Amino acid sequence: MSGAQKMLLNLSDVRLSFAGNTVLDHVSFGVAGGSIASLIGPNGAGKTSLFNCITGFYRPQSGSITLGGEELLRRKPHRVTQMGIARTFQNLRLFREMSVLENVMAGQHCRTRAGAISAVLRLPSQQREEREIRKASEECLDFVGILDEADRIATTLAYGHQRRVEIARALATQPKLLLLDEPAAGLNAGEKATLIDLIRRIRDERGVAVLLIEHDMGLVMKVSERISVLDHGAMISEGRPDEIRADPKVIEAYLGQDEAEELL
Amino acid sequence: MTTFDILAQQLVNGLVLGSFYALVALGYTMIFGVIKLLNFAHGDVYMIGGFVGFAVLSLVGGLVGTGWGGIALSMFVSMIAVGFLGVVIERIAYHPMLAAPRLSILITALAVSLVLQNSVLALTGGEFTAFRTNLGFGGIALGGVFITYNQMVLVGMAAILMLALETFVTRTQYGRAMRAVSIDKDMCRLMGIDVTKIIAVTFLIGSALAAAAGTMAGAYYGSIWYFMGFLIGLKAFTAAVIGGIGSIPGAMAGGLILGLLEAFGTQIPFIGSEWKDVFSFSILILVLVFKPTGLFGKSEVERM
Repeated sequence: MSGAQKMLLNLSDVRLSFAGNTVLDHVSFGVAGGSIASLIGPNGAGKTSLFNCITGFYRPQSGSITLGGEELLRRKPHRVTQMGIARTFQNLRLFREMSVLENVMAGQHCRTRAGAISAVLRLPSQQREEREIRKASEECLDFVGILDEADRIATTLAYGHQRRVEIARALATQPKLLLLDEPAAGLNAGEKATLIDLIRRIRDERGVAVLLIEHDMGLVMKVSERISVLDHGAMISEGRPDEIRADPKVIEAYLGQDEAEELL
Repeated sequence: MTTFDILAQQLVNGLVLGSFYALVALGYTMIFGVIKLLNFAHGDVYMIGGFVGFAVLSLVGGLVGTGWGGIALSMFVSMIAVGFLGVVIERIAYHPMLAAPRLSILITALAVSLVLQNSVLALTGGEFTAFRTNLGFGGIALGGVFITYNQMVLVGMAAILMLALETFVTRTQYGRAMRAVSIDKDMCRLMGIDVTKIIAVTFLIGSALAAAAGTMAGAYYGSIWYFMGFLIGLKAFTAAVIGGIGSIPGAMAGGLILGLLEAFGTQIPFIGSEWKDVFSFSILILVLVFKPTGLFGKSEVERM
């Protein structure tokens, strides 16, 4: 790990087990502020579980997870989001029946100040805030390139566009770190190129660090500055894409898996 | 009176009845939306609303009168008090049960219903309490149809409340969050939405609407008693099912439709007004059999 860089997210010695089965085995790992990092590993390695620990859905038995020095562990998921971590899912989880714009507006809930009472009474301050939220949400949609679909019901959009709604919604929470869980799954080559571009712009233009779980090695190698490899719940390697590609431990972990060919 | 006049008069009666049903059905459907609970205590919350409204009116009636002004003030106070009672009920009775099997929380709701009913029974001795008001019997005649001012005010107040709710749900962050919570709670947590708080706000609003209906019904019918919430609870449930449970516009439409069907149902030969409950619940059964998702319901059928 490049100790010189200031780590935004830091996991140290995180251990998670379910009913005696170890899912994460003393995992230590970090993501530098303003960087693009990837987490790879064979299926069942514990990648999504790691995301669930970071976002507060799973409670690791021991260890520490900090964001900008602040402890995240044992905080409720909505608090973790308020502190600056947003996430998307492997399978799409948009709010069905709500419009694209409303989905993104819901993402800004944690950044709103107006309380429930002023919302019920529709005070002027609440109405002003409502306009600001709308504007910021439209900006997020514009950023991911689907502003013209703002008023459509989210689930009626093309698959690739629904993925972008998810990213826009996550950005609306104004994160410092964005976790993307298999963002390229189900996308065609053209859409993947757009995604790479989008991930870079999220970092360059918005200053948001990105950590992605991805099986598409071509995309991972192209977009990541650092890659961490998880296998059977343990971190087996960490480094630049060229280092990972050459690491025998990584190649071994992937042997017999389809991804091995892509890796080599 | 011509047949047309009779039907037009029933239209007015149906709207009044439907307004009560709709206000109570809204709470039913909102609560079902966020925690998937059929809150069988909701009718009793309506009853408590009637009693709190009555108590407030008894206190302030001397100062502000017992006309619609005084009633509106009592209704407002009752909405706030009973809204918070709803939050307390959720916190004490339902919140610890959210992770438990669905049947446990349903039984808890029945227990809450019994506690509320019996508390008021103990306090009132089970007698009807006269809800004395100073409402006139004036109105306007349109052809052969007579509409009282009371009916107009009542339907008007219900309409304002429903319009306010609709605005809240579609135009505010809290309303949006409430809809989002009813769709996917975990995703909401990841959006930084405090789901526990949104559930509390839902109980606050749902209970307040029931309290408004309870106070208005007490004033309109002139009496209240501990068991007044039972039947309207079931009717509101029917209304929510007709509209599609979980759907807010559905509860409004379902309430009005049920009120109108009941009013017109009394005019069907051989089915007098004494059969109107049979009529309503037959509709419930028909909807459950032929269109369980209701008018505005989602395709997924929720198991209880």
